[in-house]
Amino acid sequence: MSTTSTCVPASADADCKATQRTEAPLVLLGDEAVARGACDAGITAAYAYPGTPSTEILEYVMAQTGGRGRPIARWCANEKTAYEEAMGVAFAGKRALVAMKHVGLNVAADPFMNSALVSVHGGLVLAVADDPGMHSSQNEQDSRWYADFARIICLEPANQQEAYEMTREAFDLSERFRIPVMIRLVTRLAHSRAVVRVSEPRGENAAKMAPDISSWILLPSNAKRQWRDLLNKQPALSDYTLESAHNRLDLIEAERSFGVITTGIARNYLLENLDDLAIRPSHLHIGAYPLPLDKVRVLADHVKTLLVLEEGYPIVERLLRGIRHGQLLILGKETGEVPAAGELTPDIVRQALGLTSHRGVDLPTLDLPSRPPQLCSGCPHGDSYDALKKALLGFESPVVTSDIGCYTLGALPPYSAIQTCVCMGASVSMATGAAEAGCYPVLAVIGDSTFVHSGVTPLMDAVSANTDMTLIILDNETVAMTGGQPSLLPTSRLAGLILGLGIDPDHFQVISAHRRDTEKNAEIIRREIAHRGLSVIIAVRECIETAKKRKRG
Amino acid sequence: MKYDIVLAGVGGQGVLSVSALIAKSAMKEGLFVKQSEVHGMAQRGGAVSAHLRISDRPVASDLIPYGTASMILSMEPLEALRYLSYLGVNGTVVTSTDPVDNIPDYPRMEQILVAIRSLPHSATIDAERLARESGSVQAINMVLAGAASGLLPIKVETMQESIRELFGRKGEKVVQTNLRAFETGRQAAAC
Ligand code: SF4
Repeated sequence: MSTTSTCVPASADADCKATQRTEAPLVLLGDEAVARGACDAGITAAYAYPGTPSTEILEYVMAQTGGRGRPIARWCANEKTAYEEAMGVAFAGKRALVAMKHVGLNVAADPFMNSALVSVHGGLVLAVADDPGMHSSQNEQDSRWYADFARIICLEPANQQEAYEMTREAFDLSERFRIPVMIRLVTRLAHSRAVVRVSEPRGENAAKMAPDISSWILLPSNAKRQWRDLLNKQPALSDYTLESAHNRLDLIEAERSFGVITTGIARNYLLENLDDLAIRPSHLHIGAYPLPLDKVRVLADHVKTLLVLEEGYPIVERLLRGIRHGQLLILGKETGEVPAAGELTPDIVRQALGLTSHRGVDLPTLDLPSRPPQLCSGCPHGDSYDALKKALLGFESPVVTSDIGCYTLGALPPYSAIQTCVCMGASVSMATGAAEAGCYPVLAVIGDSTFVHSGVTPLMDAVSANTDMTLIILDNETVAMTGGQPSLLPTSRLAGLILGLGIDPDHFQVISAHRRDTEKNAEIIRREIAHRGLSVIIAVRECIETAKKRKRG
Repeated sequence: MKYDIVLAGVGGQGVLSVSALIAKSAMKEGLFVKQSEVHGMAQRGGAVSAHLRISDRPVASDLIPYGTASMILSMEPLEALRYLSYLGVNGTVVTSTDPVDNIPDYPRMEQILVAIRSLPHSATIDAERLARESGSVQAINMVLAGAASGLLPIKVETMQESIRELFGRKGEKVVQTNLRAFETGRQAAAC
């Protein structure tokens, strides 16, 4: 009997009988396959901040942990703290996974970039899920740039099985090259299920302090040495990706006109259409970076036209531009064969390959209205927005900055109550700026977990300047949008934190976000707007989805 | 053999559970499956869809190409029309006729039903009533799974077995309700 159970969490809908791992294969989301790969690679701990489409990674590790307490799986205040906690595990010689969505890596960019310079001896793997097409994000930045920026290895799985295997391998690579390694997912893989065959799990590393402590002390003198060290590793990294089976070149000797480069899941869309192509193109698939340049050159020398299919930014395409100038035509997102924005689909790839899409059933002549998501009926945020709008009646041009969470839907009718949503915590800092630019009244609306993530620090700025603004923290006692992860700071401790920052207690209010209190709440908000300095109001009521779940047990 | 299904509905209607049920059953029969879902908006009431691909050969793409799906299985009539571009010319739309009217510009119901019934192959199911008669309005999705089952390349017994496993944890009463809902859906589609 193996020490870990093969059960997948309830949400994953697979047999939860106590089967042994060698038996029935598992059905896993791409996210879960990464998590399982990390567990089987012997991680000691996994850290994350929830964010679509990456959330299920840590959720799976948590479900694996069960009552045993191993591996440790923890939701963190934000991606930066998550990354640093993982670094600490690696510093102790053990293996750690850290997971986040693409924009979360902006928050963790500081530790991420610098972790490339330290000498990692306990495997450190970053799983980052990009969201091309912006299904649930504010941009579609491509994390492969970050991997290149940090000069580390990035593995990009094309399916769930690869997600499992690459994650396991990533830990070995991390220890072999003494660098962090990135696993890059995209939404369509993160949130698609398929069968995954797992292999024997490996145990945890024994604790072992970093053999060369000075490599972790990035004083300029050490950092210069470490940076040179990282640069010196680059040829070895390139040798690895050149040899790696993840970068596979299929050269069709007789076919010298057309070739295709795919990365990650773009390969699936090529395969989907391959049978319909009159000629089978030479094909290089890239699943491991840095780019396997020699293989790219062989393909580029072999053909006259090269189509590059990659999910996200045209990274490979841009690196290739100029190669065999005048003799090789490179097609992709920069030349318009593939749309520059949005995610790939089998049909986009089909058209880029010169095929026409299958014609389906004709649409009846009926205009279909869109159906955007809405706040759940009875959501506490709806009641807070009603009170806010009442309070603002009569003001000519109030400024209401906001943030990222369920409450961002307050931007849409029937509320149309907020004016900004840019990045985590920006509601607080932007309100400060707007107030200092002379706007009045200025309000910031932020959720409790977004506040803990990135709102506390800018509030310190506002306290020190006694900015003329009113901050409303919508405390629904959970991280609702990503499915109800626990808030790090329960309501009972939130007030203490805020008062501890030095807010005037006379302008700190806790209200209850209930329909029946709308009038009273509007009055309190109006009063705090009238106060020409900083006010903080916490509007408390639990998310009704979380409350329901809690009652169901 | 290849059988692609676009599942549709409104958040909270159990679209992903139907997808999971069919996927699980297909795998029990040794078929290859890819099941793509859209997660992440915890809020209720938005359009939700999932792509489910079943084949006797490995499946490459997680997404279904346009004009090739064998079925659109929808928990809601307006949503049934949203993904028609995916449906193959011989494909079938199986949908509930009960609207979720949570938007200001919801079209008139007759218009929607006329559009659905003008398609070459469609089955409209009075799912809410059948679910209620089976013991739970929540079971609309199982009624529709039943209605679809006759067309799927999967044995009915396998689907029933999966229902037992999926709901087993919630007790025998819930299992029976869902099996009944599945069965009424099956019969409704057969007549
Ligand atoms: S999930 Fe919770 S916070 Fe989000 S809209 Fe629904 S009730 Fe509101």
